[in-house]
Amino acid sequence: MKTSSRLDSLLRDPRYYQIVVLGILLAYGITVLDFGIRWQNALIIVTTALTVQFLGTRYSGPGRFDPLSPLITSLSLTLLLRTDLVSIAALAATLAIGSKFLLRYNGKHVFNPANFALVSLMILSDHAWVSSGQWGSAAISAFVLACLGFLVLTRARRAETTIAFIILYATMLFARAIWLDDPFSIPLHQVQNGALLIFAFFMISDPKTTPNTATGRVLYAALVASVAYTIQFIYYQPNGPILALILCAPVVPLIDAVLHGRIYRWEQPDDQPANPIRGVF
Amino acid sequence: MRIIVTICAAAITVAVATTAQAFCGFYVARADTSLFNKASQVVLVRDDNRTVITMANDFEGSVKDFAVVIPVPTKIEREQINVGDRAIVDHLDAYTAPRLVEYFDPDPCMRYENYKMSQDSAFPSSTVTRESATAARSLGVVIEASYTVGEYDILILSAKESGGLIQWLKDNDYRLPQGAEKVVDSYLKQDMRFFVAKVNLAEQSKLGYQYLRPLQIAYESNKFMLPIRLGTLNAKGKQELYVYALTRSGRVETTNYRTVKMPSDTYVPEFVQGEFAEFYRSMFDRQVAAENERAVFLEYAWDMNWCDPCAADPLSQQDLRKLGVFWVGGQSSNDSLSMPAQDVFVTRLHVRYDSEHFPEDLVFQETGDRQNYQGRYIIQRPFNGESSCDISQYQTELRDRQEREAQQLANLTGWNIEDIRKKIPFPQLAEPQNEPWWKRIWG
Repeated sequence: MKTSSRLDSLLRDPRYYQIVVLGILLAYGITVLDFGIRWQNALIIVTTALTVQFLGTRYSGPGRFDPLSPLITSLSLTLLLRTDLVSIAALAATLAIGSKFLLRYNGKHVFNPANFALVSLMILSDHAWVSSGQWGSAAISAFVLACLGFLVLTRARRAETTIAFIILYATMLFARAIWLDDPFSIPLHQVQNGALLIFAFFMISDPKTTPNTATGRVLYAALVASVAYTIQFIYYQPNGPILALILCAPVVPLIDAVLHGRIYRWEQPDDQPANPIRGVF
Repeated sequence: MRIIVTICAAAITVAVATTAQAFCGFYVARADTSLFNKASQVVLVRDDNRTVITMANDFEGSVKDFAVVIPVPTKIEREQINVGDRAIVDHLDAYTAPRLVEYFDPDPCMRYENYKMSQDSAFPSSTVTRESATAARSLGVVIEASYTVGEYDILILSAKESGGLIQWLKDNDYRLPQGAEKVVDSYLKQDMRFFVAKVNLAEQSKLGYQYLRPLQIAYESNKFMLPIRLGTLNAKGKQELYVYALTRSGRVETTNYRTVKMPSDTYVPEFVQGEFAEFYRSMFDRQVAAENERAVFLEYAWDMNWCDPCAADPLSQQDLRKLGVFWVGGQSSNDSLSMPAQDVFVTRLHVRYDSEHFPEDLVFQETGDRQNYQGRYIIQRPFNGESSCDISQYQTELRDRQEREAQQLANLTGWNIEDIRKKIPFPQLAEPQNEPWWKRIWG
């Protein structure tokens, strides 16, 4: 009984599952796939992120240190960011977690931390890039299963953003193929992209930086998908989804202002009323 | 560390001959000659959205049958097309080719480490009339420009729909591969233009070239890509493509396919020197299979200023400028033009593709990675001289080393381990009876 309630509480916080999935992916990526991630970068990103989170919690008022979110940010960042400099990796982690404490509006941080760090560094430095094509098809299949498992285990709570984004983005890709009279193997290939999946399941899904209502989140996902498509297939620039997310982030407060809803707390069960958020998660 | 560098620099290199090749478009023939794309070599010079593409070909067949239809991302004008120098592409191929290096074991009787460098010889490597313009317009095809560049007649076409373009090509005796219409239609909707290059026989005989020189196009476009879809249509089986990217900041990789480094820095048995091309081909085949035929392979990534060991000298600024590297040697004197280029990073990618495994065109991105990488395979020659002491320990170690090399080679190439062992001159151990009987049971 006790074990099952503990398991239940673990499942209630989807971050445990996310950390396990991202951790396995990272280990697989470094050891088997050799997709250009250095373990030194992973280490420096994780330790820097946890340190900044600790300092940020300490100096930003009351609140307890919670390692889960910075861990997820670190793992996403490690999986997506490629750099040949350890200092850039450390800077990425600092920017990511720092942005949570500094760039805030209405009790929420504006940007997804990993997304903010990635885009800032891609703009500011020649030494940071995202290798979106570095996943083999075997890795993608395993990853899709893990992500679907995530949806089932967390009972798809707050997963509207992910589901809406994937459906809409894929629809646009297939519609484009129909318009161009291209074989469907092309959009299918475009969807099987590791960076796109990390983005959909671990970045845009972040309940802290998405609108507070379900309708708002679906609207937001549609906006991000459209902007991502425009960047990728009209302006022919790489990393469409990642750039789209940062461009669309400032719209979240607007959507929240129109559609009122509760601010998300990670441990919050669905049937309990929301408490005012304490500190930063 | 210093020792290793010195050894590398002094080692003689032998390069694999990989030159073979054609365009990324598809061949069309005027007659029913059987033509197909064997492979392509493309040099992509890119900085920001400025691109210069050089397409070298190893066309097999009569040049009077030669014509090629190439999609280009933007409208282009006369000055944007050039005919390049084949020798420079060959030089770039040689400079970036996977290499075999050799070192010699010192006399095991010498007490100090005295590495002798090899001094072995290099391995053998390897006019459109007014009437037709009117007819074209009635088909919805606009011949935007036509001119003769070097030995080529160039026609730049745009069409509202592929039907018109396909019909125009057929009316002009071009034989099109099946399925071309759909792909052409798709490219037209993506605002791509087409150009047709065919050999002007009169110009060719006047110029006196025996082979087709590479075509070069300079254009500005956000699209950092290579259209490969048309190339899969008339290919017999899979096609080989080499892409040499010359960029400013760092290594180039594909964003929509996995880019994988070839295994490198591996010790191989001595006989591989005589079979280096077969070795590399077998290893490449195996790597392609291991990646489910869906990967692009990195064969070289290096700062153009130097090499170590060099399979060929780095390209001079003058040669790079001819390849379209517009940011080097613009105003410089002739002296500096012959110097190695600053600020150029070369990436050599090798891909074997077909429409099943590579449904989409190759899309590239430039990364900030300036880490040097090369395909390098090493032969460590055993000591063969007269020895003045008991060398049985050296021979035992040598035998183990040779066995390791045999196994590595079998792993890399998929060759039969027994066949490999037969080609290795294992030393006859002085007292084989001293070896425990059980040591060889399970091999």
